[in-house]
Amino acid sequence: MDKKDSAKKFSERRAEWEKNLYAKAIQDNPERKPKFKNLSEIEIKHLYTPEDIADVDYLSDIGFPGEYPFIRGVHPNLYRGRLWTMRQFAGFGSAEETNRRYHYLLEHGETGLSVAFDYPTLYGYDTDHALARGEFGKCGVAISSLVDMELLFHGIPLEKITTSMTINGPAAIIWAMYIANAENQGIKKTQIGGTIQNDILKEYIAQKSYIFPPEPSMRLIVDTFEYGFRQVPRWNTISISGYHIREAGSTAIQELAFTLGDGIEYVKAAMKRGLTIDDFAPRLSFFFNAHNDFFEEIAKYRAARRIWAREMKKLGARKSRSLWMRFHTQTAGCSLTAQQPEINIVRVTLQALAAVLGGTQSLHTNSMDEALALPSEKAVRIALRTQQIIAEESGVTDTVDPLGGSYYLEWLTDTMEEETYKYFDKVEQLGGVIPAIEKGFFQREIAESAYRYQKETDEDKRILVGVNRYKLDEELSIPILKMDEKGEERQINRLKKLRKERDNEAVQKHLLRLRKAAEKDENLMPYILDCVHSYATLGETCDVLREVFGEYREIAVY
Amino acid sequence: MSKKIRVLVAKPGLDGHDRGAKIVARALRDAGMEVIYSGLHQTASQIVNTAIQEDVDVVGLSLLSGAHMTLFIDVVTMLRDKQMEDVLVVGGGIIPEEDVSKLQKAGVAAVFGPGTPVDDIVCYIKKNVKR
Amino acid sequence: MNDLASLVVSGNHRAIARLISMVEDDDVDAMDIMKKIHTNTGNAHIIGVTGVMGSGKSSLIFELALAYRAEGKKVGIIAIDPTSPFSGGALLGDRIRMMDLSTDSGVFIRSMGTRGAIGGLTSSVYDVVEILDAAGMDIILIETVGVGQDEVDIVKIADTTLVVLIPGLGDSVQTIKAGLMEIADIFVVNKSDKPGVEQAVAELESMLDLATHIERRTPIVTTSAKEKKGIPMLVRKITEHQEYSKKSKVFDVRRRQRYEAELIEIIRKRLMNFIFDENKLKGTVDCCIDQISKRELDPYSAADQILGKILK
Repeated sequence: MDKKDSAKKFSERRAEWEKNLYAKAIQDNPERKPKFKNLSEIEIKHLYTPEDIADVDYLSDIGFPGEYPFIRGVHPNLYRGRLWTMRQFAGFGSAEETNRRYHYLLEHGETGLSVAFDYPTLYGYDTDHALARGEFGKCGVAISSLVDMELLFHGIPLEKITTSMTINGPAAIIWAMYIANAENQGIKKTQIGGTIQNDILKEYIAQKSYIFPPEPSMRLIVDTFEYGFRQVPRWNTISISGYHIREAGSTAIQELAFTLGDGIEYVKAAMKRGLTIDDFAPRLSFFFNAHNDFFEEIAKYRAARRIWAREMKKLGARKSRSLWMRFHTQTAGCSLTAQQPEINIVRVTLQALAAVLGGTQSLHTNSMDEALALPSEKAVRIALRTQQIIAEESGVTDTVDPLGGSYYLEWLTDTMEEETYKYFDKVEQLGGVIPAIEKGFFQREIAESAYRYQKETDEDKRILVGVNRYKLDEELSIPILKMDEKGEERQINRLKKLRKERDNEAVQKHLLRLRKAAEKDENLMPYILDCVHSYATLGETCDVLREVFGEYREIAVY
Repeated sequence: MSKKIRVLVAKPGLDGHDRGAKIVARALRDAGMEVIYSGLHQTASQIVNTAIQEDVDVVGLSLLSGAHMTLFIDVVTMLRDKQMEDVLVVGGGIIPEEDVSKLQKAGVAAVFGPGTPVDDIVCYIKKNVKR
Repeated sequence: MNDLASLVVSGNHRAIARLISMVEDDDVDAMDIMKKIHTNTGNAHIIGVTGVMGSGKSSLIFELALAYRAEGKKVGIIAIDPTSPFSGGALLGDRIRMMDLSTDSGVFIRSMGTRGAIGGLTSSVYDVVEILDAAGMDIILIETVGVGQDEVDIVKIADTTLVVLIPGLGDSVQTIKAGLMEIADIFVVNKSDKPGVEQAVAELESMLDLATHIERRTPIVTTSAKEKKGIPMLVRKITEHQEYSKKSKVFDVRRRQRYEAELIEIIRKRLMNFIFDENKLKGTVDCCIDQISKRELDPYSAADQILGKILK
């Protein structure tokens, strides 16, 4: 029978089913909720059928993996060829302690490194700065100079393993330290691979570890793009992030829309300087959250690939690699509970599975104790094992994009894309990303979503196992990570020694050169590298830039 | 006009995670309190001076970076030095259980960890405000 | 209580803060102290800052405070935000832009909710001005809730009123309610780093061209709090206005108006407290309201009854 007849027969059969079987079923077993809405407030139907994706054309809308529009993935054979990189975010205390944790993780099977820095480092302050009081090593490793970088990677073959560094305000300087450390070991810039997060727009929007105002920050970022594709070709000079936006309370759609919007903004900034899109685009990467709603997250990653490919094409990219949305995923920190922490393992497993089914290139799984402290050795080992079980035992890696073609998933992917474009339009109307940031648009959207989520939880409309249902009155008994108490003193002494023993004339010379270059519009990377090689500290280098660029003050939006 | 409970919600130190602090500020406002939000990156001096000028009944400290033992205690100590022991000090964030009792001994009346319903915080404040 | 008065006059921040709370809460002991400190008032220059939401009032006040501090002046800042009519609570968020001044002992910042008052101020604002004045503040900056025609009470209390606008409002210079435009002693076009400044200034100028009834042409100052531009000019214009108003007797007229408004407010509050006091007339009032609701009594006769009891 022809297409129209089929469609008619289908509608009839469906209506029959609804009227009879389904109607009876909901009488016997009434729906548990008046409406089933996902975390982005999209209403989910009881059943999805071919009707819901009737307009979808496989070849033009979905395509094959490795081909535009890339919904099914950027690699034709994905995990059949190579598993995702198991890259656990780690860092605490002093460089020596973190180095030990890196060796532990590598021993236990992780395949890429990921550095967490402490707050003073994130803000470009040395450990002995007044504002660093109480913060040394608490949420990441303290890196104040090239000396610390050397200790951090001691015994690790930088030409064989890639490193991702979660650093934003002072990203260029920390990257320079990584490069300098490699060079000092005889490893060429062309041999090292990794990522710097370097995404300042999301700092203004959500994470708040900014230093300088938007304009000079964007200049620094484009400097790194330029330096990267010319000198450090295996390096991803940015990880455009949605993770933090989600952690701050946004919905999945907001995460998707705001992240890709930021990405487009970076591309435009680079093109404004005169860079050719196909030169730097292949080294742009992304970073998404993996939250609780299983299918929504998978749809999010798939929609992201198609939207990015389309937008990059619109901006003029011609090379296939320029259209690829490659991403790292971290399971949602904000979904972890302090109550009955062991059950976080289950949450992380489902979230990690969603990321894998969504085709992530690289994955970090949270540890069960992270609502309480930084991960203990045992907890992070279990988190790593979670990835390894998914990879080796579950069978989901046997085929590419296994859920492709699911009526629900394809419908959800399309819906999320539609909603994303609505946000793109809104931001356009406000004058673009940076004007929208100054008007507090993203911050307000996020604060609203965060507040709504809290209300729903408090009113028991949203169930959090262990928190508002299935509670347990128990004494917490999981081991909490203890850090070396002497670490801070050691670090401060190290700094004192460094400042005395280095060639201070050379340091001052290079800092002055950096300042002059910053006041003009030269690419700052070579100057920063010189400073770093001469053992100028992070704080000293950032102070120069703080003086030239100024410091950013946020507008607070509730 | 009935007396309003005045609360300072503050983020000491470098921690930039303000999702919780803002939600609590909003919830306290909805419960009829006057809330001053300090913004990010506050030193103990800034927090305490603000508490003095605003004559607050409550200081709420939010911190997720692990620096609570130093920074919360800085604030409580300074409040005590300025003879402001009648100000109720509460805290929240990522604070392991074993630190909670230490903080309470130092003068932080209550610590509200992840998963605390905002109503619990509102009720606690209403019940325990000292002035 | 004697102690509190002398502490306030000596500029002790804790005492100032406590007294402000006492007047806000209608504390019975507050009045005696207010009487005592009144002789120390009269020195401060009161500057009102109003304007639409988003015009950058708080940042502007911060910059002005810095400028005055550089001149060695003591600065008091009153930042007013709306109290929610539903919950009675308020998010007092202006101070966040001024936190760098928190540790300057020559600056006192107080955040206040409107607590039901309309007009952009709070009913205690006169008292707070008195307190800050008595405490030795040379400059008192008041940031109001200034979103429309009704929020113009600032003119009753300020010696100099600044109306802050931002460029890029399109033709909104006209749409900004008439009241706000008329009370300005100085127009400030803030965020002058944004496009549309010249147009905004031009629109203001043409509006002023049409206003033939004013004696002194209102100056327009462009500022950018973000880029720290225009502040010295603004300070100069404020000083010029102060000199002008003192020379032309406008100052005396305005002061008189302020004391009149303050007196009315004190009386109004006392009257209302008396009438609605459980031990005084609240019983009578409730009774009247019941009767009015049952249409057994009209509101005017009810007022006669209640006032009659007071005036006897």
